[in-house]
Amino acid sequence: MKRRTFLLAGLGTGGALFLGWALLPPRQRLVGRTLPDTNGKAIALNGWVTIAPDDTITVVVPKAEMGQGTHTALAMLMAEELGCDWANVRVEHSPIDKIYGNVSALVEGLPFAPDANGTLVRAVRWMTAKTARELGIMMTGGSSSIRDCWMPMREAGAAARASLIGAAAATWGVAASTCRAEKGVVVCSDGRRLRFGELASRAVQYRPAKITLKAAADFTLIGTPTPRLDSVAKSNGTAIFGIDVLLPNMLYAAVVMSPFGAVSAPSVSDAQLQQCRTMPGVRAVMPLAGSKYGDPPALAVIAESWWQARKAASALAAFVATGSTDANAKSVSTVTVMQDIRNTVRNDEGMPIRFYGGAKDALAASTRTLEATYEAPFLAHATMEPMNATVLASNDHAELWTGTQVPGYARAAVAHVLGLNDEQVTVHQHILGGGFGRRLDVDYIAQAAAIAKAVPDVPVQMIWSREDDMRHDFYRPATVSRLRAALDADGRVTAFVAHSAGQAPFKAYSKRVGFLLTQAGPDRTSSEGTWDQPYAFPALHASHSETESAIPVGLWRSVGHSHQAFFVESFLDELAAAAKQDPAAYRATLLQSHPRALRVLQLAAAKSGWGEPLERAEDGRPRARGIALHAGYGSVVAEVAEVSVAIDGRIRVHRVVAAVDCGLPVNPNIIAQQIESGIIDGLSTALNGELVVDGGTPRQSNFQDYRLLRIDECPVIEVHIVPSLDAPSGVGEPGLPPIAPAVANALFTLTGTRLRSLPLRMPDEAAS
Amino acid sequence: MTDSIVLMVNGAPATAAVDADTPLLWVLRQTLGMPGTKFGCGIAVCGVCTVHLDGVPVRACVTPVSAAIGKAITTIEGISGPVAEAVQGSWATLDVPQCGYCQSGQVMSAVALLQANAAPTDADIDRAMQGNLCRCGTYPRIRAAIHRAADALPTRPQGSS
Repeated sequence: MKRRTFLLAGLGTGGALFLGWALLPPRQRLVGRTLPDTNGKAIALNGWVTIAPDDTITVVVPKAEMGQGTHTALAMLMAEELGCDWANVRVEHSPIDKIYGNVSALVEGLPFAPDANGTLVRAVRWMTAKTARELGIMMTGGSSSIRDCWMPMREAGAAARASLIGAAAATWGVAASTCRAEKGVVVCSDGRRLRFGELASRAVQYRPAKITLKAAADFTLIGTPTPRLDSVAKSNGTAIFGIDVLLPNMLYAAVVMSPFGAVSAPSVSDAQLQQCRTMPGVRAVMPLAGSKYGDPPALAVIAESWWQARKAASALAAFVATGSTDANAKSVSTVTVMQDIRNTVRNDEGMPIRFYGGAKDALAASTRTLEATYEAPFLAHATMEPMNATVLASNDHAELWTGTQVPGYARAAVAHVLGLNDEQVTVHQHILGGGFGRRLDVDYIAQAAAIAKAVPDVPVQMIWSREDDMRHDFYRPATVSRLRAALDADGRVTAFVAHSAGQAPFKAYSKRVGFLLTQAGPDRTSSEGTWDQPYAFPALHASHSETESAIPVGLWRSVGHSHQAFFVESFLDELAAAAKQDPAAYRATLLQSHPRALRVLQLAAAKSGWGEPLERAEDGRPRARGIALHAGYGSVVAEVAEVSVAIDGRIRVHRVVAAVDCGLPVNPNIIAQQIESGIIDGLSTALNGELVVDGGTPRQSNFQDYRLLRIDECPVIEVHIVPSLDAPSGVGEPGLPPIAPAVANALFTLTGTRLRSLPLRMPDEAAS
Repeated sequence: MTDSIVLMVNGAPATAAVDADTPLLWVLRQTLGMPGTKFGCGIAVCGVCTVHLDGVPVRACVTPVSAAIGKAITTIEGISGPVAEAVQGSWATLDVPQCGYCQSGQVMSAVALLQANAAPTDADIDRAMQGNLCRCGTYPRIRAAIHRAADALPTRPQGSS
């Protein structure tokens, strides 16, 4: 069944009741069930902003700050419309409420091509937005924060501004139209002035009948490279992450977790457990059953300090290592998983995700075809801050301190484990020491709650070691793709057929957290990046086969795009080579009906000096350029990489030039930061990233064997932003997908060797 | 076993009752309540726990607290002086941090570098900073910020600190 058909069928189940509900106006996002709690120190004008008597503006942000700069960018949206003084702006995490639920990510997650805009598509988007408002799931991910808050945050700012002006006008007995707000002050045309802080308590009575947003031409803050609000605190050690929480009488916990596929907690004898209980500082040692949230069966140690807990856990782990290994886990290895995926690609047809033009028939009828199979491995998230959560469990309530991309699911996990209602759990959200999709899962939170249950009324901080974190991740699924194309006599594509196979990450995730809409049907994220690209192929067939294994998979920065971009953009280069055409020019021909993507491609090419001669590297080795373009999260990014290969075969990337169209650039400084970040993350994994599993356990355990890019391997990066007045789109992820193919394409130009597997490794003969 | 030891942290004495083999990192973070120094790998390969012992950058995650007795321990909470100000100022001006988790360690390594070498080259920066991992990809800005801090500092006579 076509995904589109399936989805509509799913939405349709509900009959008349559903149709009646559909006619109700969409839930508004301005004010939630309650206003933000300010402890009496400030006035909340709506769910998104509070104003204190001293003019401090607190922007209430529903998104997790995990490095992507969203707290600063969201505050800019508010400040622009409110008309306050930027120097007085701070941010605070929002409470959990439906008004903060992510609407954009759900709508963007629909299985429609980005430029589809027919009546049916618009209707489904509208219904999905309405559904998302009702579900109200708070989620930071999918590069969606600015898109999601672009309207509500500005509307909240404009509404608050109108209320402040209303209060000032009433105070002075003048018409509101004679007053304006600027730099935190309402000014009357006769020169009288009142500060926002003086007006706030009166302003709550003045609710504007109509909200008028500023025109883009009048923006003074949006569009400027405003410094981040968190740079100072993150440079002097005062920024507090979840792992930094210090509570009175707090205990610490460490764990020993079962390998993948194991059905029981690691096995130790009673005598061994007893031995651990007598170790210094140890308060409790217990088995954990694991939960539906994905935390595996485990043993946990609670102690007075984390070091003491860790030492006791290490002693337990040593006992486990000498004992019997779970037979179920023993057989889990990436060798067999990869073999299964390869067989599936070869033998299965897959679920069609998008097809038109009779591509398969055209391929079969063609006399000139090209075929290649590409592979990408499992990858770990490896956030710098290891997974951790602090839980205080009492009889009738619980508190959670952690960094999470999904505060509502985090709350539900604690409530579920402790047998409480959601309302009995308080979540204290912290900034995240990296997310990359790892903190969309709440396994570590459920686990911490299960541990804290053993010591009621005492807060317990559970911290994973780096080894725990590396070996108990929800990995980017390994994926294999078979690509075929038919070419005409001039080398033009007449049919493009892509069939990939691999585990379905969003479906797996949806089952863990209990998100119903995406637990059945094809998983769009598995093959995104192939079927939704802007190239105008006369015929396309993109399909995916979902495979299963005991290796847990999840959402890794840019999800399907992270590997599909490598497949498609490398294969396009193969087609350009077969057609004996320049890779940039070949792409440009295919983008004639997508001027936005074409402009990005041309900007990257021009700024990189595409086609001009390149100097040799410092050691005399030749350099070459490669180009790749990718669309995702509403944005388009093109990257040109300059690479060389050292005499020992090491791949070096000297310079990367990126061009991005992400709609109206809210903060060019943060956009550049995020594109740099995506490039380095993508390069890190393109050059080194691979997670290998043996006997149910990853071979990699820490940064010495799961290698990440270091400063001495980091290229010079230039980011060029296309000016635009379109609504802003994502920047957290789109910088990542194009870099692996850009490097692989450069290596082909340099050496004539086409690398079709990640991580990129030069075969010995090509290196010399 | 648990002993009471006295450490000199950021110029002030601090008492901790901990096992002698406890890494300095956990004494700083949990016993002394200074969480600016981070935990990342536990085996000295990521650098987020970097502190100074008598002015020399070390990884606190593998430094037993007993090895820090009698030495001047400087953490991100206590780093001061013109070099630290120049580094932290550049860090903020160039918006180096993203998630920020590795940045305490990056700043500590950068300050140690500039205290030893007032005008580092790119190669000097690579050598001094390659032990500090960053997962968000702030390396280009770290490089620029170190150069900027070096430019902002007055040239010092040889041998002074």
